Amino acid sequence: MSWWKRDKPSVQTPAADRTVRTEGLWVKCDECRQIIFKNDLEKNHQVCPKCGFHFKIEARARLELLFDGPFEEFDKELRSTDPLEFVDSKPYKARLKQMQSSSGLSDAVISAHGKLDGRDVNICALELRFIGGSMGSVMGEKITRAIERSIAHREPFIIISASGGARMQEGAASLMQMAKISAALMRLDEVHVPFISLLTDPTTGGVTASFAMLGDINIAEPGALIGFAGPRVIEQTIRQKLPDGFQTSEFLLKHGFLDAVVPRGELKAFLSRSLDFFVDRA
Amino acid sequence: MSTPDSAASLTAPQPSDPIWQRVELARHPKRPLALDYIERVFTDFEEFHGDRAYADDSAIVGGPARFDNRPVMVIGQHKGRDTKQKLQRNFGMPKPEGYRKALRLMKMASKFGRPIVTLLDTPGAYPGIDAEERGQAEAIAVNLREMARLEVPVIAIVIGEGGSGGALALGVANRVYMLENSIYSVISPESCAAIIWRDAGQKHLAARALRLTARDLLGLGIIDKVIGEPEGGAHEDHEKTFESMGAAVRAGLEELAPLTRAQLVDDRYQKFRRMAGFFSEPQ
Ligand SMILES: [Zn+2]
Repeated sequence: MSWWKRDKPSVQTPAADRTVRTEGLWVKCDECRQIIFKNDLEKNHQVCPKCGFHFKIEARARLELLFDGPFEEFDKELRSTDPLEFVDSKPYKARLKQMQSSSGLSDAVISAHGKLDGRDVNICALELRFIGGSMGSVMGEKITRAIERSIAHREPFIIISASGGARMQEGAASLMQMAKISAALMRLDEVHVPFISLLTDPTTGGVTASFAMLGDINIAEPGALIGFAGPRVIEQTIRQKLPDGFQTSEFLLKHGFLDAVVPRGELKAFLSRSLDFFVDRA
Repeated sequence: MSTPDSAASLTAPQPSDPIWQRVELARHPKRPLALDYIERVFTDFEEFHGDRAYADDSAIVGGPARFDNRPVMVIGQHKGRDTKQKLQRNFGMPKPEGYRKALRLMKMASKFGRPIVTLLDTPGAYPGIDAEERGQAEAIAVNLREMARLEVPVIAIVIGEGGSGGALALGVANRVYMLENSIYSVISPESCAAIIWRDAGQKHLAARALRLTARDLLGLGIIDKVIGEPEGGAHEDHEKTFESMGAAVRAGLEELAPLTRAQLVDDRYQKFRRMAGFFSEPQ
């Protein structure tokens, strides 16, 4: 569910936009409030050089960070057909159109194939800016097709999650994507092709409760919000304040639900080493 | 998402709103609950407890039973009837150990070749600190993947509220049915209204927008069958409702009986692979 979007203006204007588009040569870190030179931030993959805070980055930037060079994109033109003819504060169709023109994407995921440290891999990266990275029929289909390609070519599969969960505007159809993708991951598992799930800030709801928790290894960037229910829903249910650090990457690591918390700068090397363990190089 | 809609000026749900009436029927205090079906549609039920790791979650009940004198595994989300029961059952909101128990029982059934019937009735998976600490998301996710691997017939029936991922975690089945006045949704109408109109009071509008009734979901190809209820709803005539469900389970098991283990896995896989493909694509 994407309830948390209301409290997070960052969904509409992600930190990455602020850092990239702010006038001038410097920005203020969201976490430590120190002044950082934008050049330093960019060189450091949008991680604060002073405190290590990980700014949100776009799906495309994530793919550029991991692939050795150019990558091929798949199913770029899949578009939702709005099965419910859903209208909230505006028609879902209009919301999609607006998102499509502002992001240059047809929906909230980029499905790509390329080389990671010389190895062929398929990577799906979720785009948080696109309706909170929410999962509807298009994301379900694109990820399932990417899994099927990974099975057919025996290429490792990676998903980079950043999402509020299932897309409310597609109702039960979005819920069923959880089952569809998880079933496809069962098939990937049966043929012993590795799947690595990377969770980034934020990953909640039906995305966490399906593919994001089903990796042979599940890893996360430091400080990411990761959970099933969002913190506000939990607070309203139990009427208590939540403990410090609740539902962070470090919290999940402590409770046994992540294999590792990996800083962005070390990510590619970490993935490469993990894949070396899973599969011999050709 | 933040702009209030003009619809927010509308008042409370009209008593005549047929969709909101359905939501209320799905949650009706006298509606049969999972254990009622387990005791009356099935015989010889023996409850098996625990997830072998942490605890026994009484929001989910399960164990072997007989249907038409043949052994089946039956698992249901049980809300409880009076206040004491509701508290004991956590209002039918399972915790991770509940999902893990359910999976343990389903794997047991698969190992010994016994069909599985699941009964879905939950407002949702429990949103609490302890549930998050013990991996609510992981427990649901693993059920979705592992249900896809079961080598026996699986029938899932929404009997009341099919609350999002918390219901789906028992719902990856070869056949998915809904009782006529049950609902199945990605989000509750109240939460949906709170997001869209910042007002849970607009729940009846959200219920309409979400297309969460059995007929809607049959039309969208998300379920296979609507099980009829007596005039006025299941609570008006429990016996009749049990009969209708029995007939549906019988028909479902007969359809699936000829399939081999491999065919059952493939049947279930293809069903979800094709489901909800609401996208367009240039040729
Ligand atoms: Zn900083």
